[in-house]
Amino acid sequence: MRTHPRSRAVRVPGGLSLRLDPRALTVVVLLLLAALAAGLALIGTGDARIPVADVVRTLAGNGNAYQHFIVHELRLPRVLVGLLVGASLGLGGALFQSVSRNPLGSPDVLGLSQGATAGALVVIVLMSGSAAEVTLGALIGGLVTGLAIYLLAWKQGVHGYRLVLVGIGVSAVVTAVNGYLLTKADLVDAARAVVWMTGSLDGRDWDQVWPLLGLCAVLLPLVLTYGRGLRMLEMGDDTAGALGVPVQRVRLILMVSAVLLTAAATAAAGPVSFVALTAPQLARRLTRSPGPNLVASLCMGAALLVTADWASQRVFGAGRLPVGVVTGVLGGGYLLWLLVTERRAGRI
Amino acid sequence: MSATRFPRSTVNRLSAEHVTLAYDQRVIAEQLSVEIPDHSFTVIVGPNACGKSTLLRALSRMLKPSQGKVLLDGQAIGSLPAKQVARTLGLLPQSAVAPEGITVADLVGRGRYPHQGLLRQWSTEDERVVQESMRQTGVAELAERYVDELSGGQRQRVWIAMALAQQTPLLLLDEPTTYLDIQHQIDVLDLCAELHETQGRTLVAVLHDLNHAARYATHLIALRGGEVIAEGAPNDIVTAELVERVFGLKCQVIEDPETGTPLVVPAARKARAQRVTAAS
Repeated sequence: MRTHPRSRAVRVPGGLSLRLDPRALTVVVLLLLAALAAGLALIGTGDARIPVADVVRTLAGNGNAYQHFIVHELRLPRVLVGLLVGASLGLGGALFQSVSRNPLGSPDVLGLSQGATAGALVVIVLMSGSAAEVTLGALIGGLVTGLAIYLLAWKQGVHGYRLVLVGIGVSAVVTAVNGYLLTKADLVDAARAVVWMTGSLDGRDWDQVWPLLGLCAVLLPLVLTYGRGLRMLEMGDDTAGALGVPVQRVRLILMVSAVLLTAAATAAAGPVSFVALTAPQLARRLTRSPGPNLVASLCMGAALLVTADWASQRVFGAGRLPVGVVTGVLGGGYLLWLLVTERRAGRI
Repeated sequence: MSATRFPRSTVNRLSAEHVTLAYDQRVIAEQLSVEIPDHSFTVIVGPNACGKSTLLRALSRMLKPSQGKVLLDGQAIGSLPAKQVARTLGLLPQSAVAPEGITVADLVGRGRYPHQGLLRQWSTEDERVVQESMRQTGVAELAERYVDELSGGQRQRVWIAMALAQQTPLLLLDEPTTYLDIQHQIDVLDLCAELHETQGRTLVAVLHDLNHAARYATHLIALRGGEVIAEGAPNDIVTAELVERVFGLKCQVIEDPETGTPLVVPAARKARAQRVTAAS
C-alpha cells in the first residue's frame, strides 16, 4: 500500500490550479528523451555512418556540406516522419482503447490499417499512381473504413466488444479485398505493394513531414482538451453524463481525431503493425496511472517506432528490414501475452 | 392516492411532466408525471420492468423523453448546460465502472469534475470537499487503497462519496443496495438517511426491497407498467391492497416494531399455511 498521495496539485494565486502526477510526468520526460536519443542515433545510422556528436553539430548548422546533405535532406525527414507516425499511432491507439474500454480496441485490430492498405493498393495496382497518390489513397481508405466501422458499430455510442467485433469483421472483409487486389497486380506493382504493406520509413522526405506535423498541431490540443472528459467516460456513459460530460460529443470528436491520426500515420509510413496496440498499454504500465494516459502513449509510440527502426537498421543493415517487421514481431508477441493475461484475469 | 392526485406545485425543483419514455421503439411509460418533493428522501418502487430505473434515468437527463419534459428549477433539463445541471443534480447509476488501478481518493476526486475546468483542475476547495465526502461515508482510511481491492459494501460507499463530492442538492441513486449482503444494504441505506437528515439533500432512490423503501423513504412512489399507482408517505399509502395492486402479491401489512413504518409480510404458500394452522 502506498502512503503518499499519487498526484500533486500546483496552484498559483488567481485560481489557476493544475494537477500533476509526478510519476506520469517522469515517464513522459524519460520517453521523450529516449525518443530523441533514438532519433539522433537513427540519423547517424545507415550506409554512411555519422557519429552522434557530428549529427548534433550538423543539426545546429555547423556540419560540412556532405553531412549537411545527408542529415537534412535524407535522414532528418525520415526520423521526423518516424517520430510523428509513432506519436500519432500511440495517441490514436490510446483514444480507441479508452473509448472502447478494451485493450483490443486498437486500430490494428479494428481494420483501420487494413482499410488504409486497401486504399493504397487500389492506387498502386489499379492506377499505378505516384507515391503522393498512394499516400492520398491510403488516407481515404483509412477514413472510409473508420466511417464504415462508425456506421456499423454506433448504436447509442460505441460499446467495447461491439466495436471490437465489428472491427474484426470489417478487417476480415478488407483483408480479403486486399488479397484480391494483390493477385490482380503484375510483378512490379505487387513488389511495391508488399513493401508498402509492411510499413517502412525508407525514402520518407519532407513531403511526408509537413502534412503530418500540421495534423498533429491541430488535433493534439483538441484531443488533450477533450481528454478530461474521456477520463470520466471510463466510469461509464451515465456516470460521465451525470458529471456534466457531453458524452456523445466528446466521443465523436475523439473518435474522428483517432481515425484521422491513424489514417494519416498509415498513409505516411504504411501500416506499421502493433504500435497503436502496444504503446498505450506499455505507457499505462509505466505510469501506473488510471485514465487514457494520452501524453505518455504519444511519447511511447514515438519512442517505440524510432527505436524499432534504429534497431532494424543496426542489426540487419540500412534498408534491409522495414520497421513494420520489427514492430510486428515485438507487438505480436506482446499481443499474445496480453491475451493470455486477460484470459487469466477472466476478462476474455 | 391515485384517483385524487395532489395538485402539482411548481415550487419543487425536480419534476417530470407528462413524459413518454421509450428505448428506440419500445415504450416504457406514457404520459407519466411525478414530482420530487424538495428535501425528501423519495424512493421509487415497483415490480421488475415497471419503468422505475427508466424514470430515474429520465429525471437525471440520461434518457431524453420522447414527449413531455423533465423540469429542473422550472426549466427543461435537456436545455440547460450539462455542467450547470451536474452542479445541481447528481446520479449514481447502476452501471458505474471503476477504472482499472484507480485509488479511492482518485475516484472520489472525479466527482469534482463539474466544478473544475482546464485551468482549474484541483483547487483547495476540491481537496477539502473530497476529504469531507470520504469522511462522511466512512472511507477516509481507505483513501490510498485501490478500488478493485475493496469489498462490495466498501465500494458502494466510495461511489456514494464520489456522488457527494459533486456537492449537488439533489442526488439520484439507482438501486444502490443491489448485490450487497443484508448488513451492507442497511449500512448504505442508513448512510443515505443520514445524508438526507443532516445535510438536507433531496435524495431519490430506486429500491427493490419494499420493506427497505417503507422504512427509509419519506416519500414513496409506486409504479406499475409505467404508471404511478400511488405516491405519498409510506405510512399513508402502503396497504395490503396497494401491494397486491402493484406487485400482485398477497400479504399482510403490519407495523415495523423498530420504526413504526409499514412492514410487508408476504402471505405463505397455501399448503404451508394450512400446515401451520393444523399444528396450532
